Amino acid sequence: MRLLKLIAPVVAGAALAGAAPFAASAQNFDDPKEFQAAQDLLKMTPSGPEGKPWEQNLGGREVDTAKYKKAGPYRICFSNAGVDNPWRVVGWTNMQAQVDALKDDIKSFKAADAQGKDDKQISDINAFVQSGDCDALIVSPNTTAALSPAVEAACKKLPVIVFDRGVLTTCPVTFVNPIGGYGWGIQTADFIVSKLPKGGKVLALRILPGVDVLETRWSAANRIFKENGVNVVGAEFTGGDNAKTKQIVEDYINRNGKIDAIWMDAGATAVAALEAFEDSGQPYPIITGEDQEDFLKKWKEKGLTAMAPTYPTYQWRAPVIATVRVLKGEPVIGPTWKLPQPVITQADLDKYVDDKMPPLHYAMCGCKDLPGYPQRWGGK
Amino acid sequence: MTIALKEIRQGQAFAHLARRINVALVVFLLFYIVIGLLQPTYLEPAGAMNFLRRAAPLAILAAGQIFVLVSGGFDLSVGSLVTVTVVGGSMLTANDPSNTGWAIAVLYAIGLLVGLINGAVVAYLRTPSIIATLGTLLSVNGVAMMWSGGSPRGYLPDNFRMFGRLVFHDVPVVKIFPVAIVVLLAVCALAQWGLHGMVFGRRVFAIGDNARAAQLAGVQVALVRIVVFVISALAAVTAGILLGGFGGVSVDVGVGLELQAIAACVVGGVQLMGGRGTLVGAVAGALTLTALFTLLTLLGWPQPLKETAQGVILIIAVAFGAWRRRRTG
Repeated sequence: MRLLKLIAPVVAGAALAGAAPFAASAQNFDDPKEFQAAQDLLKMTPSGPEGKPWEQNLGGREVDTAKYKKAGPYRICFSNAGVDNPWRVVGWTNMQAQVDALKDDIKSFKAADAQGKDDKQISDINAFVQSGDCDALIVSPNTTAALSPAVEAACKKLPVIVFDRGVLTTCPVTFVNPIGGYGWGIQTADFIVSKLPKGGKVLALRILPGVDVLETRWSAANRIFKENGVNVVGAEFTGGDNAKTKQIVEDYINRNGKIDAIWMDAGATAVAALEAFEDSGQPYPIITGEDQEDFLKKWKEKGLTAMAPTYPTYQWRAPVIATVRVLKGEPVIGPTWKLPQPVITQADLDKYVDDKMPPLHYAMCGCKDLPGYPQRWGGK
Repeated sequence: MTIALKEIRQGQAFAHLARRINVALVVFLLFYIVIGLLQPTYLEPAGAMNFLRRAAPLAILAAGQIFVLVSGGFDLSVGSLVTVTVVGGSMLTANDPSNTGWAIAVLYAIGLLVGLINGAVVAYLRTPSIIATLGTLLSVNGVAMMWSGGSPRGYLPDNFRMFGRLVFHDVPVVKIFPVAIVVLLAVCALAQWGLHGMVFGRRVFAIGDNARAAQLAGVQVALVRIVVFVISALAAVTAGILLGGFGGVSVDVGVGLELQAIAACVVGGVQLMGGRGTLVGAVAGALTLTALFTLLTLLGWPQPLKETAQGVILIIAVAFGAWRRRRTG
């Protein structure tokens, strides 16, 4: 039994090593063209209503939607990949609140939770299409390739709006998403490069391998670190687990004596990483986390040298707004609608720290004007 | 003739000495010296205190597990109980420090219940404990997953985390003194008394040696069996409180700990089929394992190689223990 336990990771490691070249050929997570495209998007000034980034766009063109025009109010259906992490919980809350905010235009809003399973989501989409109860369908795909055929089939019957992860077809009216992983990697690595003392040691903490949005965050950051000759002493997988993160960081502090900066591909365990420095009696590192309240509070409290990139949860509002526009026959940005992807810096930290919100709330939710704020998001 | 006798006597004296010194303690010291050579901070008092704090949860689990092992059983459910303690702690306290007191009481009640179930299944349903507690492992893990929804939610308040995290600074001699070490010492003292000081401990050994003989001698075998599983479960809750305190909420904090606890005991000279073992050995075994993990991390080996080395070293340690027992009788 114990032997099995010990052998298993070795076998799994070997299997992973064997699978890696295959995965790399299937999908390139380190594409210089995509990297450049993200660089360009980051430099762009968004167009659209001031102060409402969820309605803004970076470039893109308007698509005519006259053929979808219908008399309201509308019946909207939503196939959700899952609500299995705090980011999706906040996003899903945003979306429901956005539906309430547009209740004059929306008669019904039906949602199906695929619980992170491709097969369940495929059957959810088919069921919505066949039910005849949907004037339009919003899809947040669980995985890109597996969901493409189901989305393609749905496109033939009704207007489809996709957001967050994409699909391998251009049939949806629009695909709403922020700049993405490459943008995140660029924003965070640029910050660390600008603050790091000469020869400083950087530890990269990643959640898990093989997930496109996370892999691209790391590939873009690593490219910038390499270009600038930054000393990355390690890139470790934490599994998104606080205890493991703290242990890893503590090990690195012990081994290297000092770590100057922590780069993270997601901020959920940022506070645990910082605790490792506290418990080792070390000064806080330069750190890039994410827009979770626990990290922002810690940052403000301890006066950290930090920044918070965001994968903004306000992107869950945009598809509802877009869907209503499509059904009214108003033009929307398409076939790809790029939302701005802001970062939280020292200058605007105070604007986002909110003691009344729960620790895992995402500050860049753009939800303060929505019905039910803040109780709906667990705030006081 | 006289010379031969003398040689035998000398041999016996050596054997006696070898039996007295726990091999795990020697291996631990060897490992720790190498660690100190690689990273001198470990040789300072603060480094040693931090090491003990890190070893405390495993040592506590081993101090509970040894009761079950000596009685001739296994308790595989402790890892999942650690997980349920951490996850349950965050759900029960719900970010409010004033809930900590009763939340800890509820967690110990859960531990008590799991221990009673394990013990009752083994004692009355005559199920081999390795199967019975494997079942509990799965069910308790399932409960933890359902309770948390599968992903870490919420936080443990600071007064809950204190046991695993709070460190007194500027203490004379040792410089820093983690609260976890106080907990560790208290648990060790209790376990030492229970296993080697009380009549109850002698009954545990008697059952592990020969349950039938113990029963004929008037030992209430079923009752003792239940109590050893309760002790192990309560130790697991204690370890869970320390681990949650140290690392915060995590849904797989307990994974694999049951095997580490058993391995610690075996490295420390506890016999797997029951009837033999010392608390000092079990705790020394836990320290040895922790030193091994630390050493492999300091060497910076990749994870798969680390796992392989762990396995090989464990097998060597256990084989050496068995060989030594044959030699010394």
